[in-house]
Amino acid sequence: MLAWTIYISFLGAAGLLLLPRGSVGAARILALLTAIAGFAITLTVFVQHRTGEMLTITRVPWVPSLGIEYHLAADGISLTLLLLTGIIAITGVLFSWDIEDRAKEFFALFLLLIGAVYGVFLSYDLFLLFVFYEIVIVPKYFLIAIWGSTRREYGAMKLVLYSFAGSAMVLIGLIAAYVAAGARSTSLGDLAGFPFSLHFQMAAFPLVFVGFAVLAGLWPLHTWAPTGHVAAPTAASMLLAGVVMKLGAYGCLRVAMTLFPLGLGPWGFHVLGLGSWRDVFALLAVIGILYGGLVALVQKDFKFVIGYSSVSHMGFILLGLMTLNQLGLSGAVLQMFSHGVLAGLLFAVVGRMVYARTHTRDLAALGAMDLNKVIPFAAVTFVIAGMASMGLPGFSGFWAELMVLVGVWRAYPTFAVCVGFGIVVGVAYIWRAMQKAFFAEAGTGSATPGPPLPPITFPERIGAIILIGASVLVGLYPQILLNVIQPALNSPLFEGLRKGSWQ
Amino acid sequence: MIAIDYAQLLRLALPEVIVVATALIVMAADLMVLRRCSTRVRFSVAAGLASIGCAGAIARILLAPETANILDGMLIANPLIHLVQIALLTLTIFTLLLSRDSTFTEHVGEYVLLLLVATAGMMFLAGTEDLLVLFISLELLSLSLYILTAFNKRSAQSWEAALKYYLFGGVSAAFLLFGFSLLYGLSNSTSLTQIAAAIHGPALDPLLAIAIVTTAIGLGFKVAAAPFHFWAPDVYQGAPAPSAAFIASGSKVASFFIFFQVMALGFAGAEGTTSLPHPVRGWVPVLALMAIASMLLGNLVAIRQTGLRRLLAYSAIAHAGTMLLAIVAHTEQGLAALLYYVITYALATIGAFAVIAVVEQQTGGDDLSNFDGLGRRAPVLSFCLAIFILSLAGIPPLAGFFGKFYLFVTVLNAAPGSTGLLWLVVLAIAMSAVALYYYLRVLKRVYVAAPASGAGEIRTPILSHVLLLLLAASVVLLGCAPQLLLRWILAAIQASGL
Repeated sequence: MLAWTIYISFLGAAGLLLLPRGSVGAARILALLTAIAGFAITLTVFVQHRTGEMLTITRVPWVPSLGIEYHLAADGISLTLLLLTGIIAITGVLFSWDIEDRAKEFFALFLLLIGAVYGVFLSYDLFLLFVFYEIVIVPKYFLIAIWGSTRREYGAMKLVLYSFAGSAMVLIGLIAAYVAAGARSTSLGDLAGFPFSLHFQMAAFPLVFVGFAVLAGLWPLHTWAPTGHVAAPTAASMLLAGVVMKLGAYGCLRVAMTLFPLGLGPWGFHVLGLGSWRDVFALLAVIGILYGGLVALVQKDFKFVIGYSSVSHMGFILLGLMTLNQLGLSGAVLQMFSHGVLAGLLFAVVGRMVYARTHTRDLAALGAMDLNKVIPFAAVTFVIAGMASMGLPGFSGFWAELMVLVGVWRAYPTFAVCVGFGIVVGVAYIWRAMQKAFFAEAGTGSATPGPPLPPITFPERIGAIILIGASVLVGLYPQILLNVIQPALNSPLFEGLRKGSWQ
Repeated sequence: MIAIDYAQLLRLALPEVIVVATALIVMAADLMVLRRCSTRVRFSVAAGLASIGCAGAIARILLAPETANILDGMLIANPLIHLVQIALLTLTIFTLLLSRDSTFTEHVGEYVLLLLVATAGMMFLAGTEDLLVLFISLELLSLSLYILTAFNKRSAQSWEAALKYYLFGGVSAAFLLFGFSLLYGLSNSTSLTQIAAAIHGPALDPLLAIAIVTTAIGLGFKVAAAPFHFWAPDVYQGAPAPSAAFIASGSKVASFFIFFQVMALGFAGAEGTTSLPHPVRGWVPVLALMAIASMLLGNLVAIRQTGLRRLLAYSAIAHAGTMLLAIVAHTEQGLAALLYYVITYALATIGAFAVIAVVEQQTGGDDLSNFDGLGRRAPVLSFCLAIFILSLAGIPPLAGFFGKFYLFVTVLNAAPGSTGLLWLVVLAIAMSAVALYYYLRVLKRVYVAAPASGAGEIRTPILSHVLLLLLAASVVLLGCAPQLLLRWILAAIQASGL
């Protein structure tokens, strides 16, 4: 049944294209219904399937002469991310309610992107996974280049070239692995079970890991993220930060780390104190956490603050993966969900609630508008989202960052200190942005600027409530997700990783 | 003295005979009956008749498949060659349908005649393993293509392109013939298999080295591989749209097939390797160098192009580089990958030229600025263009992606552990990221840029619409279900042997 999340999204996209010209209202409704249907399917399966083990959905031969199968399967990790995708899809449509220009094309591309994302999370066959992974690229480009804002064509092209370069690296690694394993099957399980030589894994692991991590915002390959997020229209930045960056992290965990577990092991020599690829990527992740946070601290553009905060938060995920212990890995997956929801919310506030009304994202200019009185709902939402993003207890970010932190403490005690500092920086930049944008002293003597801002609409309220609700629910009862994530991490698929260097 | 069974010869060559007879009938009908009609009617009738002829040839191949080998490889019929011939005829039919709405010439009968004669040349080219027949059919194809390029007498560009094509083509034919003469001297035979048997030896004869290089030059010219590509941009730019589409598709398929046959059959035993750091001399390193040059030059120069035709020309050079990798691999799988790649590439390219033809007729040029806002001026047309371009860029789930994937897999699989081949594949994949940049620039014009003020809707002729949708559907279908074509190719290769 889960396979229908993909088909429904694609059918919805096709249906939108067939609508007559100018039917904006119908396009919105159709897009919303499609998104809700996808989420409802995921939720049903999530409720029914509580064990989190691998669940085969469809398996038919696709290209028998190459051993490629159309094989969809889901485990707890996929289910968590599918839920996230469903939530972001629904709220993305809600926050795009104001799109009037070429609305049906917008929603069609949006649903195409969503369908492909569902596909990536559901694919068990690596060829299939790669196909969906690449389908994601093209709609992203058009969503940003057509409906975006600041330097949209530059941002869109940069994003696409970065992601395509990343996927090119992945493709090289996958083809090499497929050929090295005898070119008989592209199934994840078969390839993960194949004993690749140590030498091969040492070479292939960094290639595939970095290829996926480009999309997850690994420092120093993150530069597409802030420009891309800033250029994108609200729904697209929600998708990018909320879901697409997760594709990268998911690929790192699901493909790079399961296929080449020995690649994480020690090199046998030390360079600058680093003894394995694991150390290298952990260090890069820590740098990403600190760098993203510190850069976010000095931004003048409101959306850049959120853009760099994404880089910082994605660092937590990558670092969590590199801890290689149960706690750190579960924390990383939980952080994927948490950051997806919260980044979506923050971008919604900045892009839709504030920028679409004030037409500026300059923090100084926003401060003069006295926004906490003009659009109080936006201010309240941002405060809540900010608190969640800082990792205050009661929100999903708290558990995720705590688990990653404890995991890091066990694996890399020195890094744990840096991460602690990163969390403090996280408090600082959110605080600064909140203060400057919403609670600045307005009385600088300027007269009331221009016409009054339109009030916050109903769809925006619903969208904000859904996202906050999701974060609070997981914050109050994290077991709801951990119950399916942990069995998935203990499944045979990750056996190589456990045998290798799992602690 | 060998006794020749002329009846069998004629029966085997019946598909070609049908094509040539159709050509003559079309010519006669056009000159005698339709002289006073409008160009449009004449093109419709001529293209229709010619398509029926091609369909007849396909039917003959499908209904009476024979396996034969006459005169030691002079004329061969086997499932693999039939497959290639069917592909060539199908591409010719697409080209004919595309030319129906053309207005560039009044010499309709001659134009269609030349297209069909070129097709017959390609079919003979595919169905031989003999140097003489190979050279003659290659020249039949080339000479027809030179004239087809020059067919737009009103355009100076068309002449210029044809002259360049002719001069380069003549020189490369001379190289090819020189190489063939050396091969004949070395082996005392014109049959590829006997040549292979004769040249087999531990060390590379210097004469053989020269033969390898000159043959590679001659055939490299036909497939527009760097550094023998100089004709391609001008021909793509100057030739009438149907001619350019034909040169870019059908001629490519035939040339690549015969390139593979000559190298894999004729030079078997003189392969050499690309293994680093000590490559063994032979034809494989020569082709590997050509492939590297083509991929680099094609992709990097395409970035700077402002016209879609020239952009496609440079991208064709880049694609030729990628396809050369399959010849470098020279395995059965490699041949299958090459055929899959080149056939799907040809479909997408014909489609792109069909779009260019429509846009040129209505806006007067193929400059990228003529495509501004096409997405709103002609939604169906631009949707098809997007599919063709993305397939060329190798984005799944379109046919171009599977072609690339399969080709890279077979190249790596040809010699597991060979670092040379691995680096070639790495280069090819890296270059595909560059390629995406310029392909997206085209789509940016179509979908992101606003149409020029006062630009109205673009009217697409109904036949073009049908043709475009058909091509787009086949590109999508072959991408989603590659097995449809792949199974057939693999079965044919299995049945024929390499």
